Amino acid sequence: MIEIKNLTKTIAGNKILDDVNFSVQKGEILGFLGPNGAGKTTTMKIITSFWSPSSGSVTIDGLDSENDSLAVRQKIGYLPEMVPLYEDMKVREYLKFAGEMRGLAKKELADRISYVIEACSLEKVLEKTIDELSKGYRQRVGLAQAIIGSPEVLILDEPTTGLDPNQIAEIRELIKKIGQEKTVIFSTHILAEAAAVCDRVIIINRGKIVGEGSPAELAKKAGAKEIIYLKTDGPKENVLEVLQKIIGVIRAEVKDQSGDGVGYEIESDGADLRSAITQVVVANNWNILEISKSKANLEDVFRELTK
Amino acid sequence: MGKQKYFKIIWTLFKKEFISYFNSPIAYIFIAVFLIAGNWLFFQNFFLYQQASMRNFFSLLPWIFLFLAPALTMRLWAEERKNGTAEFLFTLPLTDWQAVLAKFFGALAFVAVALLATITVPITVMSLGQADLGPVIGGYLGALFLAGSYLAIGLFTSAITKNQIVAFIIGLAVCFGFFIIGYEFIIMTAPAWLAPTLAFIGLGNHFENVARGVIDTKDIVYYLSFIFLFLWLNVRLIGRRS
Repeated sequence: MIEIKNLTKTIAGNKILDDVNFSVQKGEILGFLGPNGAGKTTTMKIITSFWSPSSGSVTIDGLDSENDSLAVRQKIGYLPEMVPLYEDMKVREYLKFAGEMRGLAKKELADRISYVIEACSLEKVLEKTIDELSKGYRQRVGLAQAIIGSPEVLILDEPTTGLDPNQIAEIRELIKKIGQEKTVIFSTHILAEAAAVCDRVIIINRGKIVGEGSPAELAKKAGAKEIIYLKTDGPKENVLEVLQKIIGVIRAEVKDQSGDGVGYEIESDGADLRSAITQVVVANNWNILEISKSKANLEDVFRELTK
Repeated sequence: MGKQKYFKIIWTLFKKEFISYFNSPIAYIFIAVFLIAGNWLFFQNFFLYQQASMRNFFSLLPWIFLFLAPALTMRLWAEERKNGTAEFLFTLPLTDWQAVLAKFFGALAFVAVALLATITVPITVMSLGQADLGPVIGGYLGALFLAGSYLAIGLFTSAITKNQIVAFIIGLAVCFGFFIIGYEFIIMTAPAWLAPTLAFIGLGNHFENVARGVIDTKDIVYYLSFIFLFLWLNVRLIGRRS
């Protein structure tokens, strides 16, 4: 549905985007991941036809974002990073304005306004002026504005920054709900968020795509290692020595120490070593106080790819 | 986009722009300053002349508008850019022309309201003596055209910068330049070949005619072209986003 081909953007001699290629299917939720300044926002500004590419193209359903700008904009709902809103308008007034600007006729407009009020939980602030709103409400008004025209594509630039955990959970739920029917691209620098919400993740760094796939695939691709945590009451040196002898162990070290025992972190080459470790510890007549395997760590993948 | 839909969008944005003047104190300050300055300066000399004429009132307007018009327009684009709402506006399905027209007519409508509030002046004048209605209506019409020209300049200069004060000062300077350019002392000192051109370009000369109550198609065509030119430049300017 969205095709991005050889997208390059140069601003004042700096290459912000360098030959970016990807496509998004209809109904997909795509996470756009990258450190600050990687080019996420620039890509979004170009997709929404706010900026034009230096070279390359963005097409949505075959419509070019530059040449068919108006048709493209009609299809897109957009929440910019800074959530710009008209501060002096009341929330209800603003939603009505946004809907009318998207060409909604009376009946439809009324329906859509009540839908977004409910979806974004705005009942309490409808008669407030926007400059009185808290950060969380601003974000929700921004989101409401983006979805009011029932756009086929929703583009959200860091929609959860600055929100408290409850609000983040709400916004994520909403994105998931919308993503059931619509195509969503949203950017974030929080990995857990991408993993929780997206079907697919694209990792971008310094204007280039450095990774692409489902969160699980990405973890595999980057050769994420299994980390096992073990807590036992055996003498430190002996335990370490024994652990390091187990086949498949790359690294074993003390992680923490407390009254009842010592915690170790054991890195494996990918195999699940829990049973091997248990056997060894038991064979030495020590007690296992705790053992657990941490999940494939997306943060490591991210750090690896964006070094 | 169908014709009807095209104007519907302009109308929607126009309404929002027009109402937003009244959401901020600027509207009330503008109207208050306008009325006080206008009435005071006019009636100060009115009784000396012993003439039931509004000619002096209309001659004052270019000078009052010179300051008030750029003050009214300075925030129109500068604020959108500074707050980032330009990104919202220009990712909506509307053309740059629609946006410029809506903002321009929003400002013009506001000035029309301010002018309407000076209705006490002709009423007073007419109650004191026999005044011709024609020149009064002509004068108001001319004032609207002149204000339109100033607003078109101010709207354009507001698109140059994110800083409202800078937009105001540049707007004021450009308005002043175009107003003064046709004045006699400039024309007299200008080279002979340039003088007629300057006289034609100057906003002031065309207003002199109108203030006298003479509405000439030449003047109207001039004002309309002038406004169109600056709106067109405005469209070109905001079209270059990045």
